[in-house]
Amino acid sequence: MALSTLQPNRYKGKLIIVEGIDGSGKSTQLSLLAQYLRAKGTPVAFSAWNSSPLVKETTRRGKKKEMFTPTTFSLIHATDFADRMERYILPMMKAGAVVCADRYAFTAYARDVVRGVSRQWVRNLYRFAVKPNIAFYFRVPLEVAIGRILGGRDAIKYYEAGMDLGLSRNTVESFRLFQGRILEEYDAMAAEMGFHIIDATGSIEKQQKQMREIVDRELAVSPNPPVPRAPASRDTVAHARKVQA
Amino acid sequence: MDPLPLQFYGDALPDVDTRELQGKLIVIEGPDAVGRSTQVARLRAWLEESGHAVLDTGMARSALAGKGIQQAKEGNTFGPVTMTLFYATDFADRLENEIIPALRAGFVVLTDRYIFSIIARAIARGEDRRWIENVAGFALVPHVVYYLRADVPDLVSRVVFGRGQFDYWESGMDLGVSTDMYDSFVKYQAKLIRALDSMSSRYGFVTIDASRTPDAIFNDLQRSIAQFFSDIKVTKMGQSSRPAKVATPPRKYPEGSGNPPQSPARSRPRTRPAP
Repeated sequence: MALSTLQPNRYKGKLIIVEGIDGSGKSTQLSLLAQYLRAKGTPVAFSAWNSSPLVKETTRRGKKKEMFTPTTFSLIHATDFADRMERYILPMMKAGAVVCADRYAFTAYARDVVRGVSRQWVRNLYRFAVKPNIAFYFRVPLEVAIGRILGGRDAIKYYEAGMDLGLSRNTVESFRLFQGRILEEYDAMAAEMGFHIIDATGSIEKQQKQMREIVDRELAVSPNPPVPRAPASRDTVAHARKVQA
Repeated sequence: MDPLPLQFYGDALPDVDTRELQGKLIVIEGPDAVGRSTQVARLRAWLEESGHAVLDTGMARSALAGKGIQQAKEGNTFGPVTMTLFYATDFADRLENEIIPALRAGFVVLTDRYIFSIIARAIARGEDRRWIENVAGFALVPHVVYYLRADVPDLVSRVVFGRGQFDYWESGMDLGVSTDMYDSFVKYQAKLIRALDSMSSRYGFVTIDASRTPDAIFNDLQRSIAQFFSDIKVTKMGQSSRPAKVATPPRKYPEGSGNPPQSPARSRPRTRPAP
């Protein structure tokens, strides 16, 4: 469906993203990959989900006071994403960097739909996003991920556990049900989105080796289409103006 | 008048039964400096005199995102897509937590701008119209949308004689079309007016000629709004219905005006100074 298509990458740089449920080990793997690329002399830029300084305080307020509905939760994350896109990811890709993003629009596709937002609406919402060159999906059975999360840190937070969905009053149980549904969404979109699926139950080394092989192969063969003189999409036109201003 | 339930432009918001929404949703749209907030204040006073409970709301006033938007506007890095989505977040918060609860309680909701300003600003910044219209599809279709329409020279003279200076964002300085605020204001407002004009028939705007005096505009609005109520009188020109004086008390839903709006999971104060 045309409305849900991401923008093609017309820039010099590349975009690599990782997806997976909490506890799948994707952040660890992405930072190891970034190390690898830097060591090879590749310029690397890094962007994490939900990290825009412009939006941070609003998200914090909403979470602390439990003010979010599924719609506002979805919109504020899209706002955060847009800010990182306009201010960081696009300029870095224009400059020729390999941008590594820890979670991307697919996180919203999975999570917001589980929260009850319309699938078509979320996909349209992120239509301004650039299509990644490589998207890794760290697939892990629910119980393994939960074991890692519960063993590794403090209490699970309200929205992380999907407590706003009212699935269970027990945080761990709610987390289990919520992540289980997100896992189903990821699995359902994996083929359509062309995810490279990594078996995240394997050793860290084995997963990393697999990732590096894929990255070497993909980044070597496919230079992006040349940057046209006039940027192609209207979003990038607006963005270019902003950068100049 | 047989009330039909309100509808959504696109997919319905989760957990909203529109048959419960008994109030009236009235939108005042128009470009910057056209006099919207003056009219909202007068309409509010008039409706309250007539015994109708009124909620008035406007852009960037949400408990969730209002402050964040103000801060973003004070910085120098508010990108166009980010801005569009931040305002959409603000609107969604007000729709779900103020407008819908008030409609449920039978209030008249007067809103100073609606999704149409968000869409117009996005279009003026070169964003895709279909994208933003689809994003804004969770909005309720209002009972009526008044489009206060004036041309750029009218807006310019209102800025000059009114607040006395051009505002950075109202001048669309972020578009970088000119370093001169006046030139930029003229070009940007012309774009906004074009965008609003282009939405007019599609969204069924009732256009009010806002190049006239505030009294004349108010009179048109009153006459038109009166049709939604069986018990209301149009005040004669120059007679009462001035905006409420200075301090508006904290917005509480008065007891005895139907059920208080239920906004589960939180009870935030809704104090807001009169615009």
